[in-house]
Amino acid sequence: MADTVKIHIDGIPVEVIKGTSILDAAKTVNVKIPTLCHHEDLCVAGNCRVCVVEVEGRKNLVASCAAPVEEGMMIKTTTAKVRRARTDLISLLVSEHNTQCTTCYRSTNCELQALASEYNVDSERYLSVLKPNLQIDKSSYSIEKDDSKCVRCQRCVRTCAELQHVNAIDVAHKGRDMKISTFMDLPMNDVVCVNCGQCVTHCPTGALTERRYYHEIWEAIGDPDKHVVINTAPSVRVALGEMLGYPVGTRVTGKMVNALKKIGFDSVLDTDFTADLTIMEEGHEFLQRVTKALKYGEKVALPMITSCSPGWVKFIEHMYPEHLDHLSTCKSPQQMFGSLVKTFYAEKIGVDPSKIVSVAAMPCAAKKFEANRPEMKSSGYQDVDAGLTTREIGHMIKQSGLDFVNLPDMDYDSYMGESSGAAVIFGATGGVMEAALRTVYEVVTGREVPFKNLAITPVRGLEGIKEAAVKLENVLPAFDFLEGVEVKVAIAHGLRNARTIMDQIKAGTSPYHFIEVMACPGGCIGGGGQPIPTTDEIRKKRIAAIYAEDEGMPVRKSHEVPEIKMIYEQFLHEPLGHKSHELLHTHYIKRKRY
Amino acid sequence: MENLKRVDLIFGAYTNEKYKVLESSMSKSSEEIINEMIASGLKGRGGAGFLTGMKWKFTAAEKDPVKYVVCNADEGEPGTFKDREILTVVPRKVFSGMAICGKAIGAKKGYMYLRGEYRYMLPDLMKELEIYHEHARRFGHDFTIEIRMGSGAYICGEESALFESIEGKRGEPRNKPPYPTVAGLFSKPTVINNVETFVNAVMIMKYGANEFKKLGTSDSRGSKMFSVSGDTPKAGIHELELGMSLADFVNEFGDGDTKAVQVGGASGFCVPRKRFNDTIIGFEGVPTGGSMMLFNSSRSMYNVLHNYLDFFEEESCGQCTPCRIGCQQLLKGIVAVKKGEKPSSYLDQLLKLSDTMKITAKCGLGQSVANSFASIVENFKEEMIY
Repeated sequence: MADTVKIHIDGIPVEVIKGTSILDAAKTVNVKIPTLCHHEDLCVAGNCRVCVVEVEGRKNLVASCAAPVEEGMMIKTTTAKVRRARTDLISLLVSEHNTQCTTCYRSTNCELQALASEYNVDSERYLSVLKPNLQIDKSSYSIEKDDSKCVRCQRCVRTCAELQHVNAIDVAHKGRDMKISTFMDLPMNDVVCVNCGQCVTHCPTGALTERRYYHEIWEAIGDPDKHVVINTAPSVRVALGEMLGYPVGTRVTGKMVNALKKIGFDSVLDTDFTADLTIMEEGHEFLQRVTKALKYGEKVALPMITSCSPGWVKFIEHMYPEHLDHLSTCKSPQQMFGSLVKTFYAEKIGVDPSKIVSVAAMPCAAKKFEANRPEMKSSGYQDVDAGLTTREIGHMIKQSGLDFVNLPDMDYDSYMGESSGAAVIFGATGGVMEAALRTVYEVVTGREVPFKNLAITPVRGLEGIKEAAVKLENVLPAFDFLEGVEVKVAIAHGLRNARTIMDQIKAGTSPYHFIEVMACPGGCIGGGGQPIPTTDEIRKKRIAAIYAEDEGMPVRKSHEVPEIKMIYEQFLHEPLGHKSHELLHTHYIKRKRY
Repeated sequence: MENLKRVDLIFGAYTNEKYKVLESSMSKSSEEIINEMIASGLKGRGGAGFLTGMKWKFTAAEKDPVKYVVCNADEGEPGTFKDREILTVVPRKVFSGMAICGKAIGAKKGYMYLRGEYRYMLPDLMKELEIYHEHARRFGHDFTIEIRMGSGAYICGEESALFESIEGKRGEPRNKPPYPTVAGLFSKPTVINNVETFVNAVMIMKYGANEFKKLGTSDSRGSKMFSVSGDTPKAGIHELELGMSLADFVNEFGDGDTKAVQVGGASGFCVPRKRFNDTIIGFEGVPTGGSMMLFNSSRSMYNVLHNYLDFFEEESCGQCTPCRIGCQQLLKGIVAVKKGEKPSSYLDQLLKLSDTMKITAKCGLGQSVANSFASIVENFKEEMIY
């Protein structure tokens, strides 16, 4: 039993565990204290000071996020003194801010705007100290940085350092010149930024946003010569509803498909199709590596690591360039989709690929960078013309004026609209591994994975690094060398955890055969392109929706999807075959740290 | 100067034998040293005035086997230059004080954080440090001292920002609690004291708490080094007994035309002539880390304030809202009032803002900007407007 402390908050007696912050103690009795620099994913900063409260006997106010409770504290959260101070602090932040809220992408979803409105601050109270001539850094394909909207809360800095171990952005200069900057103030596309967009989802204002491409897509839709195709990632369908009036964790798949058709996309397809395809290719690549290693004693890079997450891919390219051979050569589902849309799909529906505009709706900021990687042109064109975030899709639907809530459900178009439950769970950390195991186990043994209802529970959940082992017994004759082998897998989400996994590989101590890495905490459902805010509570609800979607699917395993079988019969011929290599696999680039 | 008592403790002559006081202190127990320090009533000489003995006692009581002693030699307060003199003239006493503290709290390692601009002293200090280590080894005191350089940031004189800086991080103040006595440098229990405080500790070990207590008042024991500057014919370092009135001080150091004295540097208080008589220099009145800046009637207090705010606006670390933006607003605000772009009543709003800064800023820097701002604006309002 931990020590507890008894205090009073606004006259309400509270007993909490020693070391609890005043802010958290207040939450237990439903006393809401406003915050700005605080984010539950991150360490305490205590630098915005908006959460100040009065503690009896103390001259100065106390930042409730940073101050631990002490026995007998009498805390008041809404005295005149507190209100005056908070109003002053918010006014100061406004005086330093580019207050062109009417044209801000984050308007109505901005924490400073909400505070300023809640406290009804007078924008004329102080002189503007907004720095003149601030340029918006638009150098990155993924992320825009607008210092004029920065409140210096350092949430992005803490995100980049603590959650992601990337440290692309940090605090530079001091006093009035203090700002969030990159190494040597280089443009965002020239530094180690992996484009994960976690800084964007943790930014309280419009200082960090994804680079938007939806204006161009509206133009393409309006162009009768263009055939505009969109494919939607698994995580979009479980989060989009948050922007359109639904509670967190609501699945809006059918309405989303309908809305996108009404918006005018010529075809609405499912990224899940290429997620299933990824499993086919990656599963066989894994078996190929294992066969080489165990049957022929060849030197191959094991563990093999998934390559679906473009933030993760750029991370390993920067941080562990000497270990790129561990990465699966499979493209991500988005890029597989892109190269197939302008080849297989174009052929099937009889459209000139040069007229196709291929759009991907993604929970991700890094997908924008990935779409623009110079090598991603295997169809002879840029495979993916634009990656849009869940937020951009939400904006497009709002702009279209559709009554989203009352739209009837619709099914995805074809071709490349069919998929399995195994593909849906790509959205949750552990999902790719689970999907791969469902297929690989069956290929090797001829039986389903020995888990109730195909739910491989050890690989699920929000633990930073998850491990599982599957013993292969009574294998099919072709895989006799795997008899009795215990396949060890690991799953890491959030690049901090990926670093731990990579350090093991670097040290030669990694005990695993197969590792799934997702750049974002929680996997794609917590991606940098998802609705803001994202917290663990929200991640859990989105994950629950993902698994519910999986359970409701008639097909649960990638290799059983009819369209997948069809594409191998008619077009690709076999996993890892010639065409697959041409269209579905890629190579990586050794990058520097700066 | 019958009402001012000059003292010669700090620069007082060395004994012929090197590190004699330190050596004799080694025979004392930790408890004895701490009790002597507490009995002396010595308060920290950096300006904040926490009881040094208590600080040592709290740190000694911590169970952690690794503890640190840190000497704050970042002397960055405008108008303060006494540590420079102490480190130049009697560095041995400073190292002795740190080593005595190490013995008292059970630390094996000390750091001196030296102001960036004092880099020129480094060769001499290193030479002395070598001598110190030789002697410490000779009488078996397992306590080594390392010097770390600052790089010119005022904020790194704030104790927790100083720790961050030594740790190789950006110099930004931390949230308190935890206090340094519990989790300071490298998150270990740490005593951090000013240069002068460590010298005082040596003097207390040498002469005893009772001798030390004979100087000063009940709230302000001992003597203090003053850095006297501005409109004075006697600019320089002066060691004086604490508890004098500002009037007595001005009689001795003023040029006959003193209209105000800034006590405690840019973060201290401006005392106008009409308050000289009832202002005591000491912890019962206006405390100071040693800076005494005298201004005569030829000086514009608007310019003085402008200069201070310019300094703060640049030297704020920038992490917390009230300090980063507040300093900019105060500076911009007084300029606007002076130019007639804002009504004189705007000064009242700025005073309220300075009060908000005082009660909400994260560290002493932001909290103390209001000291000079309010005391100058309130006492010299007409100079701000016309």
